Amino acid sequence: MIKTPSPSIFRPEGGIDQSALKEHKALVEDINRRGLLRGAVSLGALTMLTGCNVTHTDAVQSVLKRISQFNDKVQELMFRPNHLAPTFPESMVVKPPRFNAYYDIEDIAPVDAASWKLELAGKIENRKPWTAQEIYALPEEEWIVRHICVEGWDYIGQWSGVNLKQFLQRVGADLTAKYVSFKCADDYYGSIDMASALHPQTILATKYAREPITDPFGFPLRLRTATKLGFKNPKWITAIEVTNEYRGGYWEDRGFNWFSGI
Amino acid sequence: MHWINALAMILMIASGWEIYNDEVIFGWLHFPHWMTIGGGAEGALQWHFAAMWLLMINGLCYLIYGLATGRFRRKLLPVWPSEVLATVRDALRFKLGHDDITHYNAAQKLLYIGIIVVIVVQVLSGFAVWKPVQLSELATLFGSFQGSRLVHFIGMALICGFLIVHVALALLVPKTIGAMITGGPVVDGAHQGGGR
Repeated sequence: MIKTPSPSIFRPEGGIDQSALKEHKALVEDINRRGLLRGAVSLGALTMLTGCNVTHTDAVQSVLKRISQFNDKVQELMFRPNHLAPTFPESMVVKPPRFNAYYDIEDIAPVDAASWKLELAGKIENRKPWTAQEIYALPEEEWIVRHICVEGWDYIGQWSGVNLKQFLQRVGADLTAKYVSFKCADDYYGSIDMASALHPQTILATKYAREPITDPFGFPLRLRTATKLGFKNPKWITAIEVTNEYRGGYWEDRGFNWFSGI
Repeated sequence: MHWINALAMILMIASGWEIYNDEVIFGWLHFPHWMTIGGGAEGALQWHFAAMWLLMINGLCYLIYGLATGRFRRKLLPVWPSEVLATVRDALRFKLGHDDITHYNAAQKLLYIGIIVVIVVQVLSGFAVWKPVQLSELATLFGSFQGSRLVHFIGMALICGFLIVHVALALLVPKTIGAMITGGPVVDGAHQGGGR
């Protein structure tokens, strides 16, 4: 506050009339909010002008994250539940498949099939854990489809195992729930939307090119869906949960788009 | 519209380079980090899939406006090969006139039509890379997944080439810069509405 030694003759007695400000308090706050939005937008433009590192500020990050969430919704609308991904002849199958994880292939910790169990949680009626033998006894189907990585590479793979929709029906899962989420032996985790989980080409794979999946590719059980990017296919699965809660995923929590449909 | 497109295009190109760097098509070509936007693939993808809305919505408005008002027909057609050759010949002899900047010469017409087509194909190949399964019918047009990536890359290269020529020529004829910002000189009604 600036204090003048003697009150100005122009200053009204009893201070400035504040009634107009009080009357429009809501409006003034509203304008500030709009200003904030405008600020966020011009911040994006500013990046281009200065070339400095504005792209990592919280405001920009939060706008980008919102748009990524909006893109999840758009992809949900674009998803065609019964449209099959292109399939390929056996002669095009790449053996072995291409390895990728959040660590190098030397750091793989193989899973012991004898003690391995698949746990079930959430909106599932029969949550009894499954052994590898029980999983192997389920009816199998095979898909030869393209695997596309978010990085940009791809290969044709031949995967077989139980259809996820049939498995979820068998254990009495609530198919109206929003998400199916996965936990893995290597602390990787991920979740997919129910519509993609119920797609005909989404399976719990146990075999590659008719042989049991080898250690680097998710032995004994991994997800293989033809309608999502590679990182949406968790390997070495140890638990499946059917839920209405958003569980994110390892890469998704680091900024990659959650839906990541192809 | 032009400047929204310019901003969106620069964001798309610079973030696209970072995405490309994650799995290069040509072993000899990596884009220097300082030229890219996003910091890493995850950030670059966020920028790419945000700026695409700006590019597509603005581009659609531009196409609808250009077709509905007859602006494309008036300003960009017809293009005669002989005129294009004559324009190029004049340009090489530094005899090209720029007195009326509201009127495109034949080489300009050809380039502007070309870049509109390239950007439309670029959006389509982008969809093919993004949704090779949901839009498998479209993706088939570009061959394999890597085919779509290659077309998307070539589209980027053509747009960059256009950008360099476009900016260089605009700088050579400085009065066009003012027009690009203000919307150009006022033309009388007869000229504007009078077909070509």
